[in-house]
Amino acid sequence: MEFHTNLFIFSGLAIFMIVAAVFAVVSSKIMRAATLLLFVLFGTAGLYFMLHYSFLGAVQITVYAGGIVVLFIFAILLIGKGSIDITHTSKLRYLAGVLTAMAGMATTIYLIHITPFEANHFMSADVPMKTLGISIMGTGRYNYVLPFEVMSILLLACTVGAILIARKK
Amino acid sequence: MIIPAQYFLILSAVLFFIGVFGFFTRRNLVSLLISTELMLNAVDINFAVFNAYCHPQLLEGYVFALFGIGIAAAETAVAIAIIINVYRNIHSIHIKKLRELKH
Repeated sequence: MEFHTNLFIFSGLAIFMIVAAVFAVVSSKIMRAATLLLFVLFGTAGLYFMLHYSFLGAVQITVYAGGIVVLFIFAILLIGKGSIDITHTSKLRYLAGVLTAMAGMATTIYLIHITPFEANHFMSADVPMKTLGISIMGTGRYNYVLPFEVMSILLLACTVGAILIARKK
Repeated sequence: MIIPAQYFLILSAVLFFIGVFGFFTRRNLVSLLISTELMLNAVDINFAVFNAYCHPQLLEGYVFALFGIGIAAAETAVAIAIIINVYRNIHSIHIKKLRELKH
């Protein structure tokens, strides 16, 4: 019984995430959709913890669940009455959405199914923080200090841009 | 027991296409942004899974998933600033009303 614990947790997370994502996409109240998105993001953090990537899971919770969802809720509350989603989408558009999603999903799952995967050499230990820090900040091969710096400039630019766009005249 | 990588990939594909479906059917800027977040999140799962199962000693996907999360945060901040500005100008965030930028 103990043998299948991982699979059990994974299927629980997967069902939870898929149900939450479907309701986030079809629910007619935006506040509810944002809350369900938060559940999907928590489920993703759970997946990262299952992969033994605890730093990534922590970043997922702090940045996504703590930052982005709060931004969403701020926006919804600021917009107020306009945020009620009047979903009278035409039947044709709905059908087109379902067909596209189904076709894409079928193709992708078929491709995943026929692709032979190498024998998994999965490491069941957490990545040490030192290795990760060297990998992000190092300057050698397979180290990523340049994207890190570019990211910092991007964040600065988007902070300035967001203030410029949203400020009152 | 080690879960096969395919299960993770199928889960992320399903989440991605739920996001695509939402992007097709929602008619409201905030809902569209929520669908986009679902898609970005599915892609981040793929990065982490490929790293964990194919090259666990290199940390490429791990670092790119971190950068992906950062970029998603930046993108959401700018998008929400734009949405609030649109609402301030035309008092609606329904896409039907957003026709002035077309010309």
